[in-house]
Amino acid sequence: MSDEPVISVRGATAALGARPVLRGVDLTVNRGEVVALLGANGSGKSTAVRAIIGQVPLTGGTIELFGTERKRFRDWARVGYVPQRTTAAAGVPATIREVVSSGRLSRRRFGWTTREDRAAVERAIELVGLTDRARDSVSALSGGQHQRVLIARALASRPELLIMDEPMAGVDLASQEILASTLREQVADGTSVLLVLHELGPLEPLIDRAVVLRDGCVVHDGPPPEALGQHALPGHDHVHPHAAGEPLRTGLLT
Amino acid sequence: MDFLEPAFMQRALLAAVLVGITAPAVGIYLVQRRQALMGDGIGHVAMTGVGLGFLLNSSPVWMATLVAVAGSVAMELIRAYGKTRGDLALALLFYGGMAGGVLLINLSPTGSNANLSSYLFGSLSTVSTEDVTAISVLAAFVVLVTVGLRKQLFAVSQDEEFARVTGLPVRALNLLIAVTAAVTVTVAMRVVGLLLVSALMVVPVAAAQQLSKSFRATFVLAVATGITVTLAGTVTSYYQDVPPGATIVLYAIGIFIVLTLLATPLAKRRARAAEAATRDCDAQVPATRRPTDDVKV
Repeated sequence: MSDEPVISVRGATAALGARPVLRGVDLTVNRGEVVALLGANGSGKSTAVRAIIGQVPLTGGTIELFGTERKRFRDWARVGYVPQRTTAAAGVPATIREVVSSGRLSRRRFGWTTREDRAAVERAIELVGLTDRARDSVSALSGGQHQRVLIARALASRPELLIMDEPMAGVDLASQEILASTLREQVADGTSVLLVLHELGPLEPLIDRAVVLRDGCVVHDGPPPEALGQHALPGHDHVHPHAAGEPLRTGLLT
Repeated sequence: MDFLEPAFMQRALLAAVLVGITAPAVGIYLVQRRQALMGDGIGHVAMTGVGLGFLLNSSPVWMATLVAVAGSVAMELIRAYGKTRGDLALALLFYGGMAGGVLLINLSPTGSNANLSSYLFGSLSTVSTEDVTAISVLAAFVVLVTVGLRKQLFAVSQDEEFARVTGLPVRALNLLIAVTAAVTVTVAMRVVGLLLVSALMVVPVAAAQQLSKSFRATFVLAVATGITVTLAGTVTSYYQDVPPGATIVLYAIGIFIVLTLLATPLAKRRARAAEAATRDCDAQVPATRRPTDDVKV
Protein backbone atom coordinates (compact mmCIF):
# COMPACT_ATOMS: atom_id res chain seq x y z
CA MET A 1 0.00 0.00 0.00
CA SER A 2 1.32 3.42 -0.88
CA ASP A 3 1.39 6.33 1.49
CA GLU A 4 -0.50 8.73 -0.73
CA PRO A 5 -3.52 10.41 0.86
CA VAL A 6 -6.94 8.84 0.27
CA ILE A 7 -8.39 12.31 -0.38
CA SER A 8 -6.37 15.19 -1.69
CA VAL A 9 -8.10 18.46 -2.55
CA ARG A 10 -5.98 21.33 -3.88
CA GLY A 11 -7.25 24.88 -4.39
CA ALA A 12 -10.80 23.71 -5.07
CA THR A 13 -13.24 26.38 -6.18
CA ALA A 14 -16.91 25.79 -6.90
CA ALA A 15 -19.99 27.92 -7.39
CA LEU A 16 -23.70 27.34 -7.01
CA GLY A 17 -25.20 29.55 -9.68
CA ALA A 18 -23.28 32.81 -9.56
CA ARG A 19 -22.42 32.49 -5.86
CA PRO A 20 -18.94 31.17 -5.08
CA VAL A 21 -19.24 28.44 -2.43
CA LEU A 22 -15.72 27.05 -2.34
CA ARG A 23 -12.95 29.59 -2.73
CA GLY A 24 -9.70 27.69 -2.79
CA VAL A 25 -10.11 24.76 -0.40
CA ASP A 26 -7.15 22.53 0.46
CA LEU A 27 -8.06 19.32 2.25
CA THR A 28 -6.14 16.12 2.80
CA VAL A 29 -7.24 12.88 4.42
CA ASN A 30 -4.40 10.44 4.99
CA ARG A 31 -4.80 6.70 5.18
CA GLY A 32 -6.35 5.66 8.49
CA GLU A 33 -7.13 9.22 9.49
CA VAL A 34 -10.47 10.54 10.79
CA VAL A 35 -11.05 14.09 9.66
CA ALA A 36 -14.02 16.21 10.67
CA LEU A 37 -15.17 19.00 8.40
CA LEU A 38 -16.74 21.69 10.55
CA GLY A 39 -18.32 25.05 9.90
CA ALA A 40 -21.50 27.05 10.22
CA ASN A 41 -24.45 26.65 7.86
CA GLY A 42 -23.50 27.93 4.42
CA SER A 43 -19.77 27.65 5.02
CA GLY A 44 -19.44 25.22 2.12
CA LYS A 45 -18.76 22.00 4.02
CA SER A 46 -21.48 19.97 2.31
CA THR A 47 -20.49 21.39 -1.07
CA ALA A 48 -16.89 20.37 -0.40
CA VAL A 49 -17.95 16.79 0.31
CA ARG A 50 -20.26 16.70 -2.68
CA ALA A 51 -17.44 17.96 -4.88
CA ILE A 52 -15.18 15.19 -3.63
CA ILE A 53 -17.68 12.50 -4.64
CA GLY A 54 -18.37 14.24 -7.94
CA GLN A 55 -21.84 15.63 -7.32
CA VAL A 56 -20.75 19.27 -7.65
CA PRO A 57 -18.48 20.33 -10.52
CA LEU A 58 -15.34 22.28 -9.66
CA THR A 59 -14.59 25.58 -11.37
CA GLY A 60 -10.94 25.26 -10.44
CA GLY A 61 -8.42 23.20 -8.51
CA THR A 62 -8.00 19.44 -8.32
CA ILE A 63 -9.40 16.53 -6.36
CA GLU A 64 -7.71 13.15 -6.11
CA LEU A 65 -9.13 9.98 -4.57
CA PHE A 66 -6.56 7.30 -3.73
CA GLY A 67 -4.06 9.17 -5.90
CA THR A 68 -6.30 9.12 -8.99
CA GLU A 69 -7.81 12.26 -10.43
CA ARG A 70 -11.47 12.28 -9.39
CA LYS A 71 -12.80 12.40 -12.97
CA ARG A 72 -10.87 9.25 -13.83
CA PHE A 73 -11.62 7.50 -10.54
CA ARG A 74 -13.83 4.43 -11.11
CA ASP A 75 -13.14 2.29 -8.07
CA TRP A 76 -16.22 3.40 -6.16
CA ALA A 77 -16.35 0.22 -4.06
CA ARG A 78 -13.45 1.68 -2.05
CA VAL A 79 -15.65 4.63 -1.04
CA GLY A 80 -18.67 4.36 1.27
CA TYR A 81 -20.89 7.42 1.08
CA VAL A 82 -23.57 8.50 3.55
CA PRO A 83 -25.55 11.38 2.03
CA GLN A 84 -27.14 14.08 4.12
CA ARG A 85 -30.63 12.71 4.59
CA THR A 86 -33.03 12.28 7.41
CA THR A 87 -34.76 9.25 5.96
CA ALA A 88 -33.75 6.05 4.24
CA ALA A 89 -37.30 5.55 2.93
CA ALA A 90 -38.78 6.42 -0.47
CA GLY A 91 -42.27 6.16 -1.96
CA VAL A 92 -42.53 2.35 -1.78
CA PRO A 93 -41.90 0.14 1.28
CA ALA A 94 -38.45 -1.44 1.42
CA THR A 95 -36.83 -3.55 4.10
CA ILE A 96 -33.59 -2.63 5.82
CA ARG A 97 -31.92 -5.54 4.03
CA GLU A 98 -33.15 -4.31 0.63
CA VAL A 99 -31.86 -0.78 1.21
CA VAL A 100 -28.50 -1.96 2.54
CA SER A 101 -28.13 -4.34 -0.44
CA SER A 102 -27.93 -1.30 -2.75
CA GLY A 103 -24.53 -0.64 -1.21
CA ARG A 104 -23.15 -3.76 -2.90
CA LEU A 105 -23.80 -2.32 -6.37
CA SER A 106 -20.47 -0.51 -6.27
CA ARG A 107 -18.77 -3.93 -6.11
CA ARG A 108 -20.93 -5.55 -8.78
CA ARG A 109 -22.98 -3.11 -10.83
CA PHE A 110 -24.77 -5.74 -12.88
CA GLY A 111 -25.18 -9.47 -12.41
CA TRP A 112 -26.45 -11.95 -9.88
CA THR A 113 -26.32 -11.46 -6.13
CA THR A 114 -23.61 -13.75 -4.75
CA ARG A 115 -23.23 -15.44 -1.38
CA GLU A 116 -20.44 -12.96 -0.65
CA ASP A 117 -22.84 -10.06 -1.34
CA ARG A 118 -25.38 -11.48 1.08
CA ALA A 119 -22.78 -12.06 3.79
CA ALA A 120 -21.46 -8.50 3.44
CA VAL A 121 -24.99 -7.10 3.72
CA GLU A 122 -25.71 -9.12 6.89
CA ARG A 123 -22.40 -8.04 8.36
CA ALA A 124 -23.11 -4.36 7.64
CA ILE A 125 -26.54 -4.62 9.26
CA GLU A 126 -24.97 -6.31 12.27
CA LEU A 127 -22.38 -3.54 12.57
CA VAL A 128 -25.11 -0.95 13.14
CA GLY A 129 -27.03 -3.24 15.49
CA LEU A 130 -30.15 -3.78 13.38
CA THR A 131 -29.91 -7.52 12.72
CA ASP A 132 -33.19 -8.31 14.46
CA ARG A 133 -34.95 -5.71 12.32
CA ALA A 134 -33.40 -6.59 8.95
CA ARG A 135 -36.75 -7.73 7.56
CA ASP A 136 -38.67 -4.69 8.78
CA SER A 137 -39.71 -1.82 6.56
CA VAL A 138 -37.41 1.20 6.92
CA SER A 139 -40.46 3.42 7.26
CA ALA A 140 -41.11 1.83 10.68
CA LEU A 141 -37.77 3.08 12.04
CA SER A 142 -36.87 6.08 14.16
CA GLY A 143 -34.71 8.92 12.81
CA GLY A 144 -31.56 7.52 14.39
CA GLN A 145 -32.25 4.07 13.00
CA HIS A 146 -32.68 5.58 9.52
CA GLN A 147 -29.19 7.02 9.82
CA ARG A 148 -27.87 3.62 10.93
CA VAL A 149 -29.40 2.04 7.81
CA LEU A 150 -27.72 4.66 5.61
CA ILE A 151 -24.39 3.92 7.27
CA ALA A 152 -24.87 0.15 6.91
CA ARG A 153 -25.53 0.73 3.20
CA ALA A 154 -22.24 2.59 2.91
CA LEU A 155 -20.41 -0.17 4.82
CA ALA A 156 -21.85 -2.96 2.64
CA SER A 157 -19.13 -2.57 0.01
CA ARG A 158 -16.48 -2.87 2.75
CA PRO A 159 -15.01 0.52 1.83
CA GLU A 160 -11.54 1.82 2.72
CA LEU A 161 -12.84 5.37 2.93
CA LEU A 162 -16.07 6.53 4.51
CA ILE A 163 -17.48 9.92 3.55
CA MET A 164 -20.38 11.02 5.72
CA ASP A 165 -22.42 14.19 5.45
CA GLU A 166 -23.95 15.10 8.83
CA PRO A 167 -24.44 11.52 10.05
CA MET A 168 -25.56 12.75 13.46
CA ALA A 169 -28.35 15.05 12.27
CA GLY A 170 -31.62 14.15 13.98
CA VAL A 171 -30.17 11.09 15.72
CA ASP A 172 -31.38 10.09 19.19
CA LEU A 173 -28.87 9.46 21.96
CA ALA A 174 -29.06 5.66 21.84
CA SER A 175 -28.32 5.66 18.12
CA GLN A 176 -25.51 8.22 18.52
CA GLU A 177 -23.75 5.80 20.85
CA ILE A 178 -24.18 2.90 18.43
CA LEU A 179 -22.96 5.01 15.50
CA ALA A 180 -19.92 6.10 17.49
CA SER A 181 -19.01 2.51 18.37
CA THR A 182 -19.59 1.37 14.77
CA LEU A 183 -17.23 4.07 13.57
CA ARG A 184 -14.68 3.16 16.25
CA GLU A 185 -14.59 -0.42 14.94
CA GLN A 186 -14.18 0.77 11.36
CA VAL A 187 -11.37 3.11 12.30
CA ALA A 188 -9.66 0.36 14.29
CA ASP A 189 -9.75 -1.75 11.11
CA GLY A 190 -7.91 1.02 9.27
CA THR A 191 -10.79 2.75 7.49
CA SER A 192 -10.21 6.42 6.68
CA VAL A 193 -13.09 8.75 7.44
CA LEU A 194 -14.13 12.22 6.30
CA LEU A 195 -17.24 13.44 8.02
CA VAL A 196 -19.17 16.69 7.96
CA LEU A 197 -20.34 17.67 11.42
CA HIS A 198 -22.20 20.53 12.96
CA GLU A 199 -20.61 19.87 16.32
CA LEU A 200 -18.15 17.25 17.50
CA GLY A 201 -20.50 15.57 19.99
CA PRO A 202 -19.97 11.89 20.92
CA LEU A 203 -17.58 11.37 18.00
CA GLU A 204 -14.99 13.74 19.40
CA PRO A 205 -12.59 11.10 20.82
CA LEU A 206 -12.35 9.47 17.37
CA ILE A 207 -11.37 12.58 15.47
CA ASP A 208 -7.70 13.04 14.57
CA ARG A 209 -8.00 16.35 12.83
CA ALA A 210 -10.59 19.03 12.23
CA VAL A 211 -10.85 21.27 9.19
CA VAL A 212 -13.01 24.34 9.74
CA LEU A 213 -14.54 26.13 6.76
CA ARG A 214 -15.85 29.63 6.72
CA ASP A 215 -17.27 31.31 3.63
CA GLY A 216 -15.73 28.64 1.45
CA CYS A 217 -12.21 28.97 2.84
CA VAL A 218 -10.29 26.81 5.28
CA VAL A 219 -9.75 28.83 8.45
CA HIS A 220 -8.45 26.02 10.66
CA ASP A 221 -6.70 22.73 9.94
CA GLY A 222 -5.38 20.93 12.97
CA PRO A 223 -6.45 19.39 16.25
CA PRO A 224 -10.20 19.54 16.92
CA PRO A 225 -11.24 22.86 18.52
CA GLU A 226 -11.32 22.61 22.30
CA ALA A 227 -14.75 24.00 23.06
CA LEU A 228 -17.70 21.96 21.84
CA GLY A 229 -20.56 23.12 19.71
CA GLN A 230 -20.77 25.26 16.65
CA HIS A 231 -20.98 28.42 18.72
CA ALA A 232 -17.34 28.00 19.62
CA LEU A 233 -16.15 27.50 16.06
CA PRO A 234 -14.26 30.24 14.25
CA GLY A 235 -16.89 30.09 11.55
CA HIS A 236 -19.62 31.08 13.91
CA ASP A 237 -19.42 34.70 14.85
CA HIS A 238 -23.06 35.74 15.14
CA VAL A 239 -22.95 37.94 12.06
CA HIS A 240 -26.38 37.81 10.54
CA PRO A 241 -26.58 37.30 6.80
CA HIS A 242 -28.27 40.64 6.30
CA ALA A 243 -25.88 42.56 8.51
CA ALA A 244 -23.91 45.17 6.60
CA GLY A 245 -20.23 44.66 5.93
CA GLU A 246 -18.41 41.34 5.97
CA PRO A 247 -14.76 42.36 5.88
CA LEU A 248 -13.42 38.80 5.62
CA ARG A 249 -15.41 38.08 2.48
CA THR A 250 -14.46 41.22 0.58
CA GLY A 251 -10.81 40.80 1.53
CA LEU A 252 -10.58 37.29 0.15
CA LEU A 253 -12.41 37.88 -3.09
CA THR A 254 -9.72 40.11 -4.49
CA MET B 1 -66.82 -19.15 -19.96
CA ASP B 2 -68.50 -18.00 -23.15
CA PHE B 3 -66.48 -14.78 -23.03
CA LEU B 4 -63.54 -16.83 -24.32
CA GLU B 5 -65.36 -17.66 -27.56
CA PRO B 6 -65.07 -14.53 -29.72
CA ALA B 7 -61.64 -13.95 -31.27
CA PHE B 8 -61.68 -10.29 -30.29
CA MET B 9 -62.13 -11.28 -26.64
CA GLN B 10 -59.15 -13.64 -26.80
CA ARG B 11 -57.07 -10.77 -28.13
CA ALA B 12 -58.48 -8.39 -25.56
CA LEU B 13 -57.80 -10.74 -22.64
CA LEU B 14 -54.22 -11.35 -23.78
CA ALA B 15 -53.69 -7.61 -24.05
CA ALA B 16 -55.31 -7.13 -20.63
CA VAL B 17 -52.97 -9.60 -18.91
CA LEU B 18 -49.94 -7.94 -20.48
CA VAL B 19 -51.16 -4.55 -19.31
CA GLY B 20 -51.87 -5.91 -15.84
CA ILE B 21 -48.26 -7.08 -15.60
CA THR B 22 -46.42 -4.18 -17.19
CA ALA B 23 -48.24 -1.15 -15.79
CA PRO B 24 -47.59 -1.86 -12.08
CA ALA B 25 -44.10 -3.22 -12.87
CA VAL B 26 -43.04 0.19 -14.16
CA GLY B 27 -45.35 2.15 -11.91
CA ILE B 28 -43.64 0.87 -8.76
CA TYR B 29 -40.42 2.71 -9.71
CA LEU B 30 -42.35 5.89 -10.48
CA VAL B 31 -44.14 5.70 -7.12
CA GLN B 32 -40.83 5.00 -5.40
CA ARG B 33 -39.39 8.19 -6.95
CA ARG B 34 -42.54 10.10 -6.01
CA GLN B 35 -43.34 10.70 -9.67
CA ALA B 36 -46.69 8.95 -9.52
CA LEU B 37 -48.26 11.29 -12.06
CA MET B 38 -45.59 10.93 -14.71
CA GLY B 39 -47.60 8.20 -16.45
CA ASP B 40 -50.45 10.64 -16.78
CA GLY B 41 -48.17 13.16 -18.47
CA ILE B 42 -46.86 10.57 -20.89
CA GLY B 43 -50.45 9.56 -21.67
CA HIS B 44 -51.25 13.10 -22.68
CA VAL B 45 -48.19 13.33 -24.90
CA ALA B 46 -48.98 9.97 -26.51
CA MET B 47 -52.24 11.47 -27.82
CA THR B 48 -50.25 13.47 -30.34
CA GLY B 49 -48.73 10.20 -31.50
CA VAL B 50 -52.15 8.65 -31.98
CA GLY B 51 -53.27 11.71 -33.96
CA LEU B 52 -50.12 11.54 -36.05
CA GLY B 53 -50.75 7.85 -36.72
CA PHE B 54 -54.19 8.60 -38.12
CA LEU B 55 -52.96 11.55 -40.15
CA LEU B 56 -50.07 9.67 -41.72
CA ASN B 57 -52.20 6.54 -42.08
CA SER B 58 -49.69 4.45 -40.14
CA SER B 59 -50.18 2.37 -37.00
CA PRO B 60 -51.36 4.61 -34.13
CA VAL B 61 -49.76 2.23 -31.58
CA TRP B 62 -46.27 2.54 -33.03
CA MET B 63 -46.66 6.29 -33.63
CA ALA B 64 -47.87 6.75 -30.07
CA THR B 65 -44.87 4.75 -28.82
CA LEU B 66 -42.51 6.96 -30.78
CA VAL B 67 -44.01 10.22 -29.58
CA ALA B 68 -44.46 9.02 -25.98
CA VAL B 69 -40.81 7.92 -25.82
CA ALA B 70 -39.69 11.31 -27.12
CA GLY B 71 -41.98 13.06 -24.65
CA SER B 72 -40.82 10.99 -21.68
CA VAL B 73 -37.18 11.61 -22.52
CA ALA B 74 -37.95 15.33 -22.65
CA MET B 75 -39.68 15.09 -19.25
CA GLU B 76 -36.74 13.25 -17.71
CA LEU B 77 -34.29 15.84 -19.07
CA ILE B 78 -36.45 18.65 -17.68
CA ARG B 79 -36.52 16.85 -14.32
CA ALA B 80 -32.76 16.30 -14.28
CA TYR B 81 -31.61 19.69 -15.52
CA GLY B 82 -34.56 21.98 -14.93
CA LYS B 83 -34.22 24.26 -11.97
CA THR B 84 -37.23 26.13 -10.70
CA ARG B 85 -39.90 26.09 -13.36
CA GLY B 86 -39.77 22.43 -14.28
CA ASP B 87 -43.43 22.06 -13.37
CA LEU B 88 -44.45 24.68 -15.91
CA ALA B 89 -42.36 23.06 -18.63
CA LEU B 90 -44.07 19.75 -17.87
CA ALA B 91 -47.50 21.40 -17.97
CA LEU B 92 -46.71 22.81 -21.43
CA LEU B 93 -45.69 19.36 -22.59
CA PHE B 94 -48.86 17.71 -21.20
CA TYR B 95 -51.34 20.16 -22.65
CA GLY B 96 -49.43 20.60 -25.88
CA GLY B 97 -49.53 16.84 -26.34
CA MET B 98 -53.26 16.62 -25.71
CA ALA B 99 -54.16 19.59 -27.91
CA GLY B 100 -51.88 18.29 -30.67
CA GLY B 101 -53.62 14.92 -30.57
CA VAL B 102 -57.11 16.35 -30.88
CA LEU B 103 -56.05 18.69 -33.70
CA LEU B 104 -54.18 16.08 -35.73
CA ILE B 105 -56.91 13.47 -35.50
CA ASN B 106 -59.50 15.96 -36.75
CA LEU B 107 -57.23 16.92 -39.65
CA SER B 108 -56.89 13.34 -40.81
CA PRO B 109 -59.45 12.00 -43.32
CA THR B 110 -60.03 8.71 -41.44
CA GLY B 111 -59.90 9.92 -37.89
CA SER B 112 -62.70 11.39 -35.79
CA ASN B 113 -63.33 12.20 -32.19
CA ALA B 114 -65.06 8.83 -31.92
CA ASN B 115 -61.83 7.14 -32.98
CA LEU B 116 -59.87 9.20 -30.51
CA SER B 117 -62.22 8.28 -27.69
CA SER B 118 -61.39 4.58 -28.14
CA TYR B 119 -57.78 5.50 -27.43
CA LEU B 120 -58.69 7.79 -24.54
CA PHE B 121 -60.82 5.29 -22.64
CA GLY B 122 -59.85 1.96 -24.14
CA SER B 123 -61.90 -0.30 -26.32
CA LEU B 124 -61.82 -4.08 -26.44
CA SER B 125 -63.54 -4.74 -29.72
CA THR B 126 -61.03 -2.65 -31.62
CA VAL B 127 -57.90 -4.48 -30.43
CA SER B 128 -56.57 -5.85 -33.72
CA THR B 129 -54.20 -8.76 -34.29
CA GLU B 130 -51.61 -6.19 -35.28
CA ASP B 131 -52.16 -4.42 -31.94
CA VAL B 132 -51.69 -7.66 -30.03
CA THR B 133 -48.38 -8.29 -31.77
CA ALA B 134 -47.17 -4.77 -30.98
CA ILE B 135 -48.36 -5.03 -27.37
CA SER B 136 -46.62 -8.38 -26.87
CA VAL B 137 -43.29 -7.13 -28.18
CA LEU B 138 -43.47 -3.96 -26.08
CA ALA B 139 -44.56 -5.85 -22.96
CA ALA B 140 -41.62 -8.23 -23.31
CA PHE B 141 -39.29 -5.23 -23.33
CA VAL B 142 -40.94 -3.75 -20.23
CA VAL B 143 -40.74 -7.00 -18.25
CA LEU B 144 -37.12 -7.54 -19.27
CA VAL B 145 -36.17 -4.08 -17.99
CA THR B 146 -38.24 -3.92 -14.81
CA VAL B 147 -37.38 -7.42 -13.60
CA GLY B 148 -33.89 -7.81 -15.05
CA LEU B 149 -32.61 -4.49 -13.73
CA ARG B 150 -34.64 -4.41 -10.52
CA LYS B 151 -31.62 -4.00 -8.19
CA GLN B 152 -30.25 -1.12 -10.22
CA LEU B 153 -33.59 0.61 -10.76
CA PHE B 154 -34.42 0.15 -7.06
CA ALA B 155 -31.16 1.82 -6.02
CA VAL B 156 -31.60 4.73 -8.42
CA SER B 157 -35.22 5.30 -7.43
CA GLN B 158 -34.52 4.92 -3.72
CA ASP B 159 -31.63 7.38 -3.48
CA GLU B 160 -30.30 8.89 -6.68
CA GLU B 161 -27.34 10.61 -5.06
CA PHE B 162 -26.12 7.45 -3.38
CA ALA B 163 -26.61 5.48 -6.61
CA ARG B 164 -24.31 7.88 -8.43
CA VAL B 165 -21.56 7.29 -5.88
CA THR B 166 -21.80 3.53 -6.43
CA GLY B 167 -20.75 4.23 -10.01
CA LEU B 168 -24.06 3.15 -11.57
CA PRO B 169 -24.89 4.87 -14.89
CA VAL B 170 -27.65 6.86 -13.20
CA ARG B 171 -28.52 9.12 -16.11
CA ALA B 172 -28.90 6.16 -18.46
CA LEU B 173 -31.03 4.26 -15.91
CA ASN B 174 -33.26 7.30 -15.38
CA LEU B 175 -33.80 7.58 -19.12
CA LEU B 176 -34.48 3.85 -19.26
CA ILE B 177 -37.22 4.19 -16.63
CA ALA B 178 -38.72 7.09 -18.60
CA VAL B 179 -38.64 5.17 -21.89
CA THR B 180 -40.04 2.03 -20.26
CA ALA B 181 -42.87 4.07 -18.74
CA ALA B 182 -43.63 5.52 -22.18
CA VAL B 183 -43.68 2.07 -23.74
CA THR B 184 -46.02 0.87 -20.99
CA VAL B 185 -48.40 3.73 -21.66
CA THR B 186 -48.75 2.64 -25.26
CA VAL B 187 -49.08 -1.01 -24.26
CA ALA B 188 -51.96 -0.09 -21.98
CA MET B 189 -53.52 2.44 -24.33
CA ARG B 190 -55.80 0.00 -26.19
CA VAL B 191 -57.14 -1.61 -23.03
CA VAL B 192 -57.47 1.07 -20.35
CA GLY B 193 -57.09 4.15 -22.54
CA LEU B 194 -54.61 6.99 -22.34
CA LEU B 195 -56.48 8.97 -19.70
CA LEU B 196 -56.58 6.09 -17.22
CA VAL B 197 -53.20 4.47 -17.95
CA SER B 198 -51.55 6.21 -15.04
CA ALA B 199 -54.15 4.81 -12.63
CA LEU B 200 -53.11 1.26 -13.48
CA MET B 201 -49.46 2.18 -12.91
CA VAL B 202 -50.12 3.70 -9.50
CA VAL B 203 -53.25 2.24 -7.86
CA PRO B 204 -52.10 -1.43 -7.72
CA VAL B 205 -48.82 -0.27 -6.16
CA ALA B 206 -50.66 1.89 -3.65
CA ALA B 207 -52.94 -1.06 -2.84
CA ALA B 208 -50.04 -3.51 -2.48
CA GLN B 209 -48.07 -1.33 -0.11
CA GLN B 210 -50.95 -1.31 2.36
CA LEU B 211 -49.95 -4.86 3.22
CA SER B 212 -46.30 -5.21 2.29
CA LYS B 213 -43.14 -4.36 4.18
CA SER B 214 -40.64 -5.07 1.41
CA PHE B 215 -40.11 -3.84 -2.12
CA ARG B 216 -40.17 -7.39 -3.45
CA ALA B 217 -43.55 -8.15 -1.85
CA THR B 218 -44.94 -4.84 -3.09
CA PHE B 219 -43.81 -5.68 -6.62
CA VAL B 220 -45.37 -9.16 -6.63
CA LEU B 221 -48.60 -8.05 -4.99
CA ALA B 222 -48.95 -5.04 -7.31
CA VAL B 223 -48.54 -7.18 -10.42
CA ALA B 224 -51.00 -9.75 -9.04
CA THR B 225 -53.48 -6.94 -8.39
CA GLY B 226 -52.86 -5.57 -11.88
CA ILE B 227 -53.59 -8.90 -13.57
CA THR B 228 -56.69 -9.49 -11.42
CA VAL B 229 -58.29 -6.14 -12.15
CA THR B 230 -57.48 -6.06 -15.86
CA LEU B 231 -58.96 -9.53 -16.37
CA ALA B 232 -62.00 -8.83 -14.20
CA GLY B 233 -62.58 -5.48 -15.89
CA THR B 234 -62.28 -6.94 -19.38
CA VAL B 235 -64.76 -9.73 -18.66
CA THR B 236 -67.19 -7.33 -16.98
CA SER B 237 -67.11 -4.97 -19.93
CA TYR B 238 -67.91 -7.90 -22.22
CA TYR B 239 -71.12 -8.69 -20.36
CA GLN B 240 -72.21 -5.24 -19.27
CA ASP B 241 -71.16 -3.07 -22.23
CA VAL B 242 -69.25 -0.64 -20.04
CA PRO B 243 -65.88 0.86 -21.05
CA PRO B 244 -63.10 -1.52 -19.91
CA GLY B 245 -60.70 1.22 -18.78
CA ALA B 246 -63.08 2.76 -16.28
CA THR B 247 -64.17 -0.66 -15.00
CA ILE B 248 -60.57 -1.79 -14.49
CA VAL B 249 -59.62 1.35 -12.62
CA LEU B 250 -62.66 1.18 -10.35
CA TYR B 251 -61.87 -2.49 -9.56
CA ALA B 252 -58.32 -1.44 -8.69
CA ILE B 253 -59.56 1.28 -6.36
CA GLY B 254 -61.94 -1.29 -4.84
CA ILE B 255 -58.98 -3.58 -4.09
CA PHE B 256 -57.10 -0.62 -2.65
CA ILE B 257 -59.97 0.05 -0.23
CA VAL B 258 -60.31 -3.61 0.76
CA LEU B 259 -56.56 -3.97 1.40
CA THR B 260 -56.50 -0.73 3.38
CA LEU B 261 -59.30 -2.02 5.61
CA LEU B 262 -57.48 -5.34 6.02
CA ALA B 263 -54.22 -3.58 6.77
CA THR B 264 -55.42 -1.37 9.59
CA PRO B 265 -55.57 -4.11 12.28
CA LEU B 266 -52.34 -5.57 10.86
CA ALA B 267 -50.55 -2.25 11.20
CA LYS B 268 -51.80 -1.89 14.76
CA ARG B 269 -50.51 -5.35 15.64
CA ARG B 270 -47.11 -4.57 14.08
CA ALA B 271 -46.89 -1.30 15.96
CA ARG B 272 -47.65 -3.09 19.22
CA ALA B 273 -45.01 -5.72 18.49
CA ALA B 274 -42.44 -3.06 17.66
CA GLU B 275 -43.28 -1.21 20.84
CA ALA B 276 -42.90 -4.36 22.91
CA ALA B 277 -39.54 -5.06 21.30
CA THR B 278 -38.08 -1.68 22.19
CA ARG B 279 -39.74 -1.06 25.55
CA ASP B 280 -37.13 -2.65 27.78
CA CYS B 281 -34.01 -1.25 26.13
CA ASP B 282 -33.60 2.22 24.74
CA ALA B 283 -35.89 5.10 25.56
CA GLN B 284 -35.81 7.08 22.36
CA VAL B 285 -35.76 10.78 21.80
CA PRO B 286 -38.20 11.55 19.01
CA ALA B 287 -36.12 12.41 15.98
CA THR B 288 -36.59 15.71 14.26
CA ARG B 289 -37.51 15.30 10.67
CA ARG B 290 -36.84 17.82 8.04
CA PRO B 291 -39.18 18.02 5.05
CA THR B 292 -38.34 15.37 2.49
CA ASP B 293 -35.33 16.53 0.60
CA ASP B 294 -36.09 14.97 -2.74
CA VAL B 295 -39.22 16.61 -4.00
CA LYS B 296 -39.42 15.94 -7.68
CA VAL B 297 -41.77 16.88 -10.44
